[in-house]
Amino acid sequence: MKVTIDGQSIEVEPGTTILQAARMIGGELVPPAMCYYSKLKGSGGKCRCCLVEVSKGSEADPRPMPKLMASCVTGCMDGMEVNSKSSPRVEEARKSVTEFLLINHPLDCPVCDQAGECDLQNLSFEHGNPKSRFIEEKRTFEPEDIGPNIQLHMNRCILCQRCVQVADQLTDNRVHGVMDRGDHANISTCISKAIDNEFSGNMIDVCPVGALTDKTFRFKSRVWFNKPYNAHRDCDKCCGKTTVWMFGGEIQRVTGRKDVYHEVEEFICNGCRFDHKNVEDWTIEGPREFEKDSVINQNNYTQKLEKVEIATEKLILEGRDKDHKKISMAEIDYNEKIDGNLIDSKKNG
Amino acid sequence: MEKTQIKQNINITEALMVRIDELCSHYPDDKRKSALLPVLHEVQDAHDNWLSIELQDKVAEILRIKPVEVYEVVTFYTMFNQRPIGKYMFEFCHTSPCCLNGTENLMDYTCTKLGVKVGEPTADGMFEVRGVECLGACGYAPMMQLGDFYQEHLTEAKIDQLIADCRDNKIILHDK
Amino acid sequence: MSKKILLDKINVPGIKTYEVYRREGGYASVEKALKTLTPDEVVEEVKTSGIRGRGGAGFPAGMKWSFIDKKSGKPRHLVCNADESEPGTFKDRYLMEFIPHLLIEGMITSSYALGANLSYIYIRGEYMWVYKILERAIAEAKAAGWLGKNILGTGYDLDLYVQIGGGAYICGEETALIESLEGKRGNPRIKPPFPAVSGLWGNPTVVNNVETISAVPWIVNNSGAEYAKIGIERSTGTKLISASGNIKNPGVYEIEMGISVYEFMNSDEYLGGMSTDRPLKALVPGGSSVPILPAHLIYKTAAGADRLMTYESLSDGGFATGSMLGSGGFIVYDDTACIVRNTWNFARFYHHESCGQCTPCREGTGWLEKILHRIETGTGREEDIELLWSIQSKIEGNTICPLGDAASWPVAAAIRHFREEFEYHVRFPEKIKNRDHFVAEPFEKVKHLVTKQTV
Repeated sequence: MKVTIDGQSIEVEPGTTILQAARMIGGELVPPAMCYYSKLKGSGGKCRCCLVEVSKGSEADPRPMPKLMASCVTGCMDGMEVNSKSSPRVEEARKSVTEFLLINHPLDCPVCDQAGECDLQNLSFEHGNPKSRFIEEKRTFEPEDIGPNIQLHMNRCILCQRCVQVADQLTDNRVHGVMDRGDHANISTCISKAIDNEFSGNMIDVCPVGALTDKTFRFKSRVWFNKPYNAHRDCDKCCGKTTVWMFGGEIQRVTGRKDVYHEVEEFICNGCRFDHKNVEDWTIEGPREFEKDSVINQNNYTQKLEKVEIATEKLILEGRDKDHKKISMAEIDYNEKIDGNLIDSKKNG
Repeated sequence: MEKTQIKQNINITEALMVRIDELCSHYPDDKRKSALLPVLHEVQDAHDNWLSIELQDKVAEILRIKPVEVYEVVTFYTMFNQRPIGKYMFEFCHTSPCCLNGTENLMDYTCTKLGVKVGEPTADGMFEVRGVECLGACGYAPMMQLGDFYQEHLTEAKIDQLIADCRDNKIILHDK
Repeated sequence: MSKKILLDKINVPGIKTYEVYRREGGYASVEKALKTLTPDEVVEEVKTSGIRGRGGAGFPAGMKWSFIDKKSGKPRHLVCNADESEPGTFKDRYLMEFIPHLLIEGMITSSYALGANLSYIYIRGEYMWVYKILERAIAEAKAAGWLGKNILGTGYDLDLYVQIGGGAYICGEETALIESLEGKRGNPRIKPPFPAVSGLWGNPTVVNNVETISAVPWIVNNSGAEYAKIGIERSTGTKLISASGNIKNPGVYEIEMGISVYEFMNSDEYLGGMSTDRPLKALVPGGSSVPILPAHLIYKTAAGADRLMTYESLSDGGFATGSMLGSGGFIVYDDTACIVRNTWNFARFYHHESCGQCTPCREGTGWLEKILHRIETGTGREEDIELLWSIQSKIEGNTICPLGDAASWPVAAAIRHFREEFEYHVRFPEKIKNRDHFVAEPFEKVKHLVTKQTV
């Protein structure tokens, strides 16, 4: 089956969704996705970030689809033509959804552990409006303690329901779910029950925002100050293949290995995630690479650093020697009088 | 979600269990969960019109589903109460067609008469006034739901009478 | 008197009971269908009748039936949508409360046509006493041999049950209804797949409104062609209208499609005009979701033709100057009513009823309500009107189910036709502090203030 997205064509198998086809093509035409997760059954369709315009339904029925379609749950048809980033209507819809996602969001990125690897940050960077039109009071939820390993910040949640699907599909006893409804809908155990299943930590990895974060990593470091390495260990519960996030010689956090769409390659167990923070526990394979625009690359060490030669006058780059001298502290006389009083150099020392 | 620490006396009587079994028989054997909403209504009616967490857990056990599946449903639907409510709950429809016929003034009247605010039970736990969304009785406004039944074409005099009837134990809440 | 096919027996004493209903010719359609027609022939009759879904969307019922997947070999289900909750609509309750066997007869005949052996009526939780009426009526029908195994010796089996909801407007959306029937939260499903392929428990399912199913017995008894003779254009048959608001005779009426809005409003057979001498200000013709019409577009279309009670005429002019027949919830406003307050009230309703699953509806409905509440209570800003317009346009069309559209349309229509009233609220907050502000001083009397102060 042939499908064309933003003018680029690709052959796909029947049953492929528009989003999957777009990811096969890659690049800027790939719609953002906040709730779809290829490894979770039944995910997608909810956040509406990935809306696209189907300008031609199929070869057999070429009529355009009147409404924008959620690309993650809409199957490709042979001859289908789709407009993603190229469509002003789609751009407008993505802006709208971004605005809706942000109106009640606390915007507490400065103290959020997800900052730097947050899909909502990325989405607002691409499609957000710098000025909020929302002047009402933001919705807030009572904090709930869901156990020793996972921190729930309901105010940040966008209700993608991935964490519920993780619990349904990876564990045999889901204890949390979506409670209440409308804009009061929330993720909760309802009874402040500890979520302690062996695979519960994957809720953190699938969470696109800072609603579910790793308590053992809480406020330890900004993610971009960590050096991520691929590592593995022999684990009888899971694949044992992880990314360890290091600060100096210390492993501060362990996560699944996330791909370019921030989906884990394989789910990992809580043992690997929370209980093995010693370097000796792991065989370090080497640096984990991230997409080029990730903030984690601010701290990039995956490429060889070469000395950069800039072809210009030395004076422009380094300044004049006499200016260096002026701002040097070496020659300041600490006993110099200020306003006629002698300064005690020891006191100021 | 609303939470309460109040303990509830759980008593799944034989008669209630017979009714639950009958409701479950309406669905294929492997689809017992489908009976959840009707079973919750029956269980709630038999327990002073509210569902504590313990009672919800009991329902989960009876239907052989996870407790969280019951919590999710109870918190979604407006008719399931998660805390004790006034015995006689006056649920006024306050959607626009009813308001065109004076519902808001009548709610004020009822609250003043009972000395309560909307959503707060009276001190003796006898009454509570709530505004609810469209009950499907727009042509018979103002109206309210009281137990299983509708009270329509309400006036101040009718409210007075209803309150008196409740106090005299003349009002049947559930049709069993 | 116009033709009645649903309510013709409604005043027969005792029609609620099986004996009287049967004596009056009830269940004839079951006999006729099971003994003399194939399921496909029944479907054909319904197709010929041209009846359109009476729940609000107006999709041709026969066509919906023909989509049901018969090839998979999975069990099929008919589910009756009795989750009537659209503000302004109370017709299904009237049918079920006063002539319950009509719906049950329709369910049996329709289930036979679809090849369903297990069918349900999903009724809203608040209609608890009607649920009991239906349960008892089903027991009567079963005792009389109309349900169960080998009905009338024809080999056709059908079990029919009523399922009660728990209080959620969204369960009127057919896939949310199915979810709720499965004992879950009423979250609409992503479509496709449509229920006709994968509905209740993944089986092919048809969901129809009470009124639609109740019309099937008449269609089977009298033929689809006879039904199609009633009404005009693609609006065939009769329609139940629930009338409420500031009118003399509120209630449920059965009309032949095609009578004029003027006649329906003013004749003594129907609404009998306004309840007081205050003038007609606005009309919501099809339940809270459809656009509100200002006085000058009620009796005449923008093109000057008589406005008729049909799908086509009520939507004449599109959303710019028309509205929709919807579910037939006919809400009439006189000049004491405040359109801003009404719009806020409806916005509160949709905010309250949004399931919370998809972003635009979950976040947008609450935002609309908050702004409208500010405007109505005197803290609105001039730019809020544009903001409302913008928000509703961002919700519409971008949601999983039609609730997003339903929340947007009333806001858009109110601003489109009554913008000056919004401006009045914003500019003269002290004049609208009292919620009955237009009772003593209707907008017509103060309208000049807004036009004078145009910014």
